[in-house]
Amino acid sequence: MPLPGRAAAPGIITVEKNAEPMLIYLLRRLLYIVPVAIGVSIICFLLVHIAPGDPLTSIMAVDATQEEQAAMRAAYGLDKPLPVQYGIWIGKAVTGDLGESIATGRPVVGEVFNAVRNSLLLAVAASFVAFPVGLILGFLAGYFRDTVVDKAITAVAITGVSLPNYWLGIVLVIVFSVTLGWLPAMGAGPGSSGGSADWAWDWAHIRHLVLPAITLSVVPIGIVARTVRALVGEIFSMDFVQALYAKGLNQGAVLRHVVRNAAPTALSVMGIQLGYLLGGSILIETVFNWPGSGFLLSNAIFQRDLPLLQGTILVLALFFIFANLIVDVAQAAIDPRIKRS
Amino acid sequence: MSEAPLLEIENLHVRFNGERTVHAINGLNLRLQEGEMLGLLGESGSGKSVTLKTLLRLLPPKRAEIDGTIRVNGTDIMTLSGARLSAYRGGDVSMVFQEPALALDPVYTIGDQIAETVMRHKSVGRAEAREVALDMLTRVRIPSPERRLKNYPHEMSGGMRQRAMIALALACRPKLLLADEPTTALDATVQIQILLLLRELQREFGMSIIFVTHDIGVAVEISDRVAVMYAGNVVESGSTRDIIKDARHPYTRGLLAANLHGVDRGTRLDAIAGSPPSLETKPDVCSFAPRCTEAQPQCLRALPPFFAPSPGRQVACNLEEGHSPASNGLTAAPAIA
Ligand SMILES: Nc1ncnc2c1ncn2[C@@H]1O[C@H](COP(=O)(O)OP(=O)(O)O)[C@@H](O)[C@H]1O
Ligand code: SF4
Ligand SMILES: [Mg+2]
Repeated sequence: MPLPGRAAAPGIITVEKNAEPMLIYLLRRLLYIVPVAIGVSIICFLLVHIAPGDPLTSIMAVDATQEEQAAMRAAYGLDKPLPVQYGIWIGKAVTGDLGESIATGRPVVGEVFNAVRNSLLLAVAASFVAFPVGLILGFLAGYFRDTVVDKAITAVAITGVSLPNYWLGIVLVIVFSVTLGWLPAMGAGPGSSGGSADWAWDWAHIRHLVLPAITLSVVPIGIVARTVRALVGEIFSMDFVQALYAKGLNQGAVLRHVVRNAAPTALSVMGIQLGYLLGGSILIETVFNWPGSGFLLSNAIFQRDLPLLQGTILVLALFFIFANLIVDVAQAAIDPRIKRS
Repeated sequence: MSEAPLLEIENLHVRFNGERTVHAINGLNLRLQEGEMLGLLGESGSGKSVTLKTLLRLLPPKRAEIDGTIRVNGTDIMTLSGARLSAYRGGDVSMVFQEPALALDPVYTIGDQIAETVMRHKSVGRAEAREVALDMLTRVRIPSPERRLKNYPHEMSGGMRQRAMIALALACRPKLLLADEPTTALDATVQIQILLLLRELQREFGMSIIFVTHDIGVAVEISDRVAVMYAGNVVESGSTRDIIKDARHPYTRGLLAANLHGVDRGTRLDAIAGSPPSLETKPDVCSFAPRCTEAQPQCLRALPPFFAPSPGRQVACNLEEGHSPASNGLTAAPAIA
């Protein structure tokens, strides 16, 4: 908005708008989340209702009478019109109450947060493996483009991306758990079974992380390596790299410029991969019996546990929205070319 | 007797190997005196950029096969490596590129990019290097230079970016500036401003400039001397005045005719019928023969020798046979007796 008096100073031409301050940008982005979150919650709610089948059949006695069925419906609030059900559900949700699991009777919030915490552990562990390895491989491949190094790394990356990772998980279990007996194949360590959540940073727990984390890291290694390879190769072929040599920079100094140029894109790829890892992998968590959100989701689906399903999806969706926001903000903070407007 | 030239290129050959072989430079000779402004003129693909990049050793060593001698201030630059090569690049000789938008690092500020060069070459601290950067931006007449130091390239206009690029190139006071079509990417009015700026800075700093252009009007306006390139070689060179008044090579004459016959300045040089050779094989006859209206039988038998119609002039054309003394092909500087 042009403020009165601002354009009045004659002879002064403002060449470019100043970028929005970071804090304002952050607040604006946070504000945008509200409508998105409302939309997401409606979709989460409806998705589960659109799916065929009666959520109560699994816990209803086979010979339940009409009256008994109706009573059960009323108890779970399923007899009310959908908008009313949504209103009740979302009203409770904002206070942190997502109802109780039909199957276990425990509060959904607790179950979901334990599961998300476990998936987070796994995702972070997998990222710790995947990102450094992917970045280094990608950088080497891009730097030594079209050489043996590049071809070898590309072959590894493509294999990693195209291998079914649950299959890799099973192979790792057979080798390291069954044959060698080095690492456990199931669960998240002592006290983690049955949905309780006793995690500790000791070897008894961490050893449970190793195989699923490695399995989960293979695809992001491939994707990060491929992206960074293309990125670095592209940057090296740009004119400004030649100009950097022309002004007398040595190899190390030029590499620093290349890394700085590659950073924003590499970061956003890693952000997307992290988001994808955070969602939990149903297959991997099932192979390793890892009590994460993917595992919880698959249980909720198979048991038609309506409140659990809705709650899990809602929390995961919100999680993605925030992960996206964080990546965008970080990218805007480090890349001067992104205009924060 | 004249002093030793600042730059001597003797019998330079550059060949690119790869999917396609390109004989980009074929026996090029060039000399440049201190403080001289040379216009290097030729149509697209004639090897102007390759010549400059060879001078800064910027060609990919694996793909480019280079042969010949290049001496700057008496030093054979083909033997430089490591720290001495880094000190030479940007220190003794520096370059302004055609597209400032592509030649500046997009994620570093202008100030940082200039300061980085200064710190590399002058072993000074950051604060002092930034002082130099500020001084340079002032010298290239960038308005409000303090603010511009903190700008990223994308926050500047094309002309402003090219000024910043010139400031960067001159920050370490090189003896020779290579300007590769520095105004081609700019609007006409901005072009003239940049040309005038280069002229002024050349006087101020006393450096030599090789100014590459495909625009004969620009070359004539700015240079002391002009060298005309065709198919990877200098086919004619001499003082700007001699070239305008008495061009000998049919290619140069064609360029001048196309330019003087009312065509606006800035017109591309393809006003001469035909197109340049592909350079897939090494030329062993006159490369211009297919387009030359005055070609002789011997033009298709061997490379034309060099002639010296007057002191300081060189022409590689058989038409000079019997009119001008033969020459060793070295493009002599004007002062040579
Ligand atoms: N890196 C390279 N690899 C292969 N061929 C090249 C390379 N650089 C330039 N050439 C070729 O060399 C010839 C001269 O190019 P250049 O010097 O860029 O012409 P110009 O006079 O327009 O600046 C062209 O045929 C071009 O295709
Ligand atoms: S040497 Fe022959 S063909 Fe070449 S320019 Fe001169 S006259 Fe034309
Ligand atoms: Mg060029």
